[in-house]
Amino acid sequence: MGAAARLLPDGQRLHLQHGPIDLILWADPAARAGAYARAEARFATVLEELVAELADLRRPDPPPLKGAVARRMQRAVAPFAPVFITPMAAVAGAVADEILAAMAAEPGLVKAHANNGGDVAFHLAPGECVTAAMAGGQVTISADAPWRGVATSGWRGRSHSLGIADAVTVVAASAAAADAAATLIANAVDLPGHPAISRRPATELAPDSDLGERPVTVAVGPLTDEEANAALDRGAAAAAAMRARGLIGAACLSLNDRTRLVGSEALAEPEPSHA
Amino acid sequence: MTDQAHDNRADTGDGLPPPGPRVRAEKIRCDACPVMCYIAEGKAGACDRYANEGGRIVRCDPITILDRRIAAGDEVRPFLNQDWDGGLIADRDLFVTAVGAGTTYPDYKPAPFIVSREIEGVDFVTVVTEAIYSYCGVKVKIDTDRHLGAEGSVVRAEGEAVGLVITSEYGSQMLSLGGVDHLTGGSKAEGRVTCDTLMNLCNREAVELSIDGGATVVVQAGRAPVVDGKQEERMRVGCGSATIGMFAVQWQGLVDEVVVVDDHITGVVSEHQAGKVLDWPDTGIRIKGRRSTPGRYFQVANPGLGWGGTDIADPLTILGDWRPEKGARPGLSLLMVSTTGEHAAYYELDDDLKPVEKPFPERLRPSVELIGENCEPALCTVMFTGGAGGSLRAGVTKNPVRLTRSVHGLKTRVTCGGAPAWVWPGGGITLMVDVTRMPANSFGYVPTPALVAPLEFTLRREDYRALGGHDAAVRSLADILAKGGEYGGELRAVAPVAPLPPEEER
Repeated sequence: MGAAARLLPDGQRLHLQHGPIDLILWADPAARAGAYARAEARFATVLEELVAELADLRRPDPPPLKGAVARRMQRAVAPFAPVFITPMAAVAGAVADEILAAMAAEPGLVKAHANNGGDVAFHLAPGECVTAAMAGGQVTISADAPWRGVATSGWRGRSHSLGIADAVTVVAASAAAADAAATLIANAVDLPGHPAISRRPATELAPDSDLGERPVTVAVGPLTDEEANAALDRGAAAAAAMRARGLIGAACLSLNDRTRLVGSEALAEPEPSHA
Repeated sequence: MTDQAHDNRADTGDGLPPPGPRVRAEKIRCDACPVMCYIAEGKAGACDRYANEGGRIVRCDPITILDRRIAAGDEVRPFLNQDWDGGLIADRDLFVTAVGAGTTYPDYKPAPFIVSREIEGVDFVTVVTEAIYSYCGVKVKIDTDRHLGAEGSVVRAEGEAVGLVITSEYGSQMLSLGGVDHLTGGSKAEGRVTCDTLMNLCNREAVELSIDGGATVVVQAGRAPVVDGKQEERMRVGCGSATIGMFAVQWQGLVDEVVVVDDHITGVVSEHQAGKVLDWPDTGIRIKGRRSTPGRYFQVANPGLGWGGTDIADPLTILGDWRPEKGARPGLSLLMVSTTGEHAAYYELDDDLKPVEKPFPERLRPSVELIGENCEPALCTVMFTGGAGGSLRAGVTKNPVRLTRSVHGLKTRVTCGGAPAWVWPGGGITLMVDVTRMPANSFGYVPTPALVAPLEFTLRREDYRALGGHDAAVRSLADILAKGGEYGGELRAVAPVAPLPPEEER
């Protein structure tokens, strides 16, 4: 089956789907038709381009890559070396960035976003702002700030995680950068060797996983408050280090109904959670 | 517990399905999309849409959410509880179905999901579980007049008896398939084939059925039936008599006599009440069947696959000699037509008062086309029928009979994958649901054999507490969407086909 594009019943959002990729796009009404046409045209070949370099994208040390999305992925993970990470950690975000960039080429586009399963890239003309809902509440990002991407990672999600975070949401300069950072922060939220955490080699669950034999989390038993806090501390330290290097704007980490915010002062103050 | 006790259990969900034979772990390539994932036994590919089940690539269904904002036929994965730039999605727009929810056995445990939703200021609870139906089957309605088999004939799939032909309906042949006798009362092969047949029909796949002493028919829910290799196009407009009643006036002045050939009631316009009120002159025609009332004849031929559900290839065979004393004369014109307009022929009487076929006149073509136009497309309808009044009720309440009473008291709405279920009056919770209204691939099976189908009970929170519900196990919609359940947290969203409970269909 090839790439499919369908307008959702609200008549506003466009759903793009191909193989494992599901994208929901929104563009402001004035430039919508043109932006969606550009997105659809670009999306038609994205999956094939990725598949062509898939073997290299799954390596922690890939040679220089050719495809536009592949290069976005490679760029997004490069700053984190020598920590283990492959370009695949940024695939969802990089696809969102690529499709957003296609939409942004439409003259007169004021505001748009591309949501790839929770990893979101957005376009803001000067003076515009956007609100993101995340586990810790909501954040509003204005066009003055350098952030154009939000991504979420955690062991309960669709990709495997080495850590135990329920969710780590990161705001960064692009969705690909946010995606890579969220993956690594979620890996860091951990209690190594804790008996309540079950792990399995990644390849046992997904034979062609880029994580190889690394143990990924498959279940998390009851944890005490102290243990949950200790795991979140590790993740928060990793996030703070990334923020100090300018790799991310902010991060929200959650585990067992606890949340930890890193760098929230860089954004608007989140509202309290109602969950 | 003996094996026999196991297989003869008396209630839905009373038997834990025996674990299937250990299958050799096998990794296979999926070719559903260009990624070509290598998938381990029991796991899903990168898309979560396809999985390796026993060395076979199958579609897999994570917990299915009905989302009113999604277009029919569309599907979004993973589903997100938050809308970008729009905050949380309102409870009323979403409904957690039991498709992919899993089951709890034994059922004294609360059902896999007990979901609270606030709808216009009122707290509702939906109890969500996949039910194991030992007692279940399908009623199949096949829109055709063609003779599929005598009432009571055995219906077979792959040579095994899976059900029988039951009393027909207006324009449709009816089958009743499955049931506990075929599932567990016969041989192992019969049970396995019956279970496969039911599951495939319920999942809207095409199934070939052969009827003892009758036809072979390919049945697929929502599609036209294929009878002995020929696809049925139209359902008859009515019986032969009804066709005369509907169209007599269209023929007046254009032709001297019209016979509508039908296996049930063949109609003759000059004798029929509809002709009488138009002062239609007698023609001296004679029909060979058994006369019921004027202009209406039973049993003009045997049932079959020819004209109007009879075995007739040449319609003249149902006519006797024409009587000149009653109006027969050389040159008298005659239209013979079937109840679908699919067959039509034009004749004129020669000097010996024998009908001779003539080129079909243009003046009569509109009337035949009008019959065709008034026929509805022939479809197969598959109604899943099952009994949900067994032990699964204990997953809802500590006091199971109160659930049954609440369902019959219309305080609890019953849905299957979000599709409204019709519940039979009387004892138990015996329900029927149109499988085409449920999400794709809603049905599974256990090797018992028995079908697994989604089931949801929706009621007010206060009523749920009053019937002894597992109130402590109630979780918010947001929490379920964020964390999933015991069997995983993969979510997909599809469009509902009916109003989301507690809203009701009008």
